[in-house]
Amino acid sequence: MAEPILQVQGLRTHFTTRQGVIKAVDGLSFNLEAGKTLCIVGESGSGKTVSSLSIMRLVDLPGRIVEGQILYRDTDLLKLDEAEMEKIRGDRIGMVFQDPMASLNPAFRIGDQIAEGILIHQEVDKAEARKRTLELLAQVGIPHPEARYGDYPHQFSGGMRQRVLIASAIACRPDILIADEPTTALDVTIQAQILKLLKEVQRNLNSAMILVTHDLGVVAAMADYVMVMYAGRMVEYADVETIFAQPRHPYTRGLLESLIRLEDTRETELAPIPGMPPDLSRLPAGCSFAPRCPAAIETCGARYPALQDISGGHQVACHLVADLAPAVDETVP
Amino acid sequence: MSAPLLQVRGLTKHFPVERRSLLRRPEKVLKAVDGIGFDLSRGQTLGLVGESGCGKSTTARLILRLIEPTAGTVTLDGVDVLSAAPEALQRLRREMQLVFQDPLSSLNPRMSVGVNIAEPLRFHGIGTRSEQRERARQMLDIVGLKSRDFDRYPHEFSGGQCQRVAIARALILQPKLVVFDEPVSALDVSIRAQILKLLLRLQQDFGLTYVFISHDLSVIKRICDSIAVMYLGEIVELGGSEQLYRAPQHPYTQALLKAIPAPDPAKRYDELGGLEGDVPSPIDPPPGCRFHTRCPRRMESCALRIPDLRDRGHGQLVACHLYD
Repeated sequence: MAEPILQVQGLRTHFTTRQGVIKAVDGLSFNLEAGKTLCIVGESGSGKTVSSLSIMRLVDLPGRIVEGQILYRDTDLLKLDEAEMEKIRGDRIGMVFQDPMASLNPAFRIGDQIAEGILIHQEVDKAEARKRTLELLAQVGIPHPEARYGDYPHQFSGGMRQRVLIASAIACRPDILIADEPTTALDVTIQAQILKLLKEVQRNLNSAMILVTHDLGVVAAMADYVMVMYAGRMVEYADVETIFAQPRHPYTRGLLESLIRLEDTRETELAPIPGMPPDLSRLPAGCSFAPRCPAAIETCGARYPALQDISGGHQVACHLVADLAPAVDETVP
Repeated sequence: MSAPLLQVRGLTKHFPVERRSLLRRPEKVLKAVDGIGFDLSRGQTLGLVGESGCGKSTTARLILRLIEPTAGTVTLDGVDVLSAAPEALQRLRREMQLVFQDPLSSLNPRMSVGVNIAEPLRFHGIGTRSEQRERARQMLDIVGLKSRDFDRYPHEFSGGQCQRVAIARALILQPKLVVFDEPVSALDVSIRAQILKLLLRLQQDFGLTYVFISHDLSVIKRICDSIAVMYLGEIVELGGSEQLYRAPQHPYTQALLKAIPAPDPAKRYDELGGLEGDVPSPIDPPPGCRFHTRCPRRMESCALRIPDLRDRGHGQLVACHLYD
């Protein structure tokens, strides 16, 4: 197995609020290799966005990374001072966010915004930065880069803005690309274009990608590995085939069953997960999913299940799986 | 078969844009909805699907006459909605309701949930105050909330629960027609199925007729009897939902279906269909077929003549020159 380019160990990001301490991310560990895509999937409040922001050290107060280790190659990002971190952010780690309008400065020309990143991180002059920016714009499929270089963000459509952001994210040929819901605000035909573009730039750079999404269709199309998060913790982790074919955590199963698929007819039973995600400031004792879990047993309400490797990297945090694994599969409904 | 509950004919909404000076006439129009028509029978659900800017939300507002159309007719149960005088319109409004995408912003944050739900009764002067409250309590139960939720406020509820409240408020007048504008798009996956299940049950229990707007074809197909696919203010294909899914005829419908990533890791990103380019502006839309600039199967005639929406022998209505 290749050496991981990113190793996250026991990451905890907590928010101190009037309601108490909100454990948005509570003990996250995973590795990521070059060229591979990890999809982090979960519902609102599951901690998927805070996880990706934590890796870039972009968590704002009242949020704070309280514990953990984020190793990029041999460097622990959590031990760097802000100036050192700035050298890595945008250079070795590129970012694409959901809302391109909020990530681009409306008062600056898009070409200058991309070139700025190049000028900060690389020792090139303005003319060279401009030349590279034009190449990048062409690479991400923006027609007439010369003519569009001087345009402002509002002159671009949503899909085109997302292309500009991707150009900016890959400007310094990063080793890691983090994309947080990059297509959620886009129409489906444009989403298809952007997903293909992300994969293409990833392949060219052989970078690792962390893709945060709530859409299991996007996960199936893009992921090599999948992490399912619930209430701040990883509840299941496996390669993409295993997650869809042999999900073991009742939450993962519930998510897949509650999906509305294109091939469903009007007769297909809708199978929602009952209840709703817990309030992070008042998490239940034991497993956070237990109150909604159709298979919960007494232990589930008492203590949180440890994450267990049940076969070749397939990790699950569920008392039922731990008690029954690995032979008895079908007893978990 | 009885007459359809809802009949829409030639419905058009043009918004004037770019008024250079007060004295001059506006020079450009944005053709948000451009001559659409359909029938909807009692107890059925029609889905309106399309990408942003296709006119689906404008269509919803036109049907309810929340905005005045440029042209066209809307008939609800034999009554002309668009020419109704103010008093008649107020009566009509009791029979048609709208549920929005963002439930929290469509509820009044300063009113308790119960008062929010009872508000339409108060507005239309139906029943005494205690009757209104009693009815609101019943509605809470019907949409799966607790009677003790009556005195709580919208911000105390999750998105899914707020949507239940909005549905209760829409149904308290016992409308004939309910228009849903992206009712589950803002909700989490696990909650989405809960709300759809609720909508289907309510439709059965109360014999409701739905217009259901969404950009999500999977949701539309699961919920609707028939589907109208819209592009740049026009319906490009209209037919039964199974039929449209199994044998889509319009290249745009075909592209929409192929662009949806399936939750199946055997189907990877490189198999996703897509379309070239972006949706053109509805100000100065392309001549001829509006889709021709992005159509993978365009022919010369497409830029010249507008294809009309009609049955071309496939069991659904299609507006495309391929089948001329």
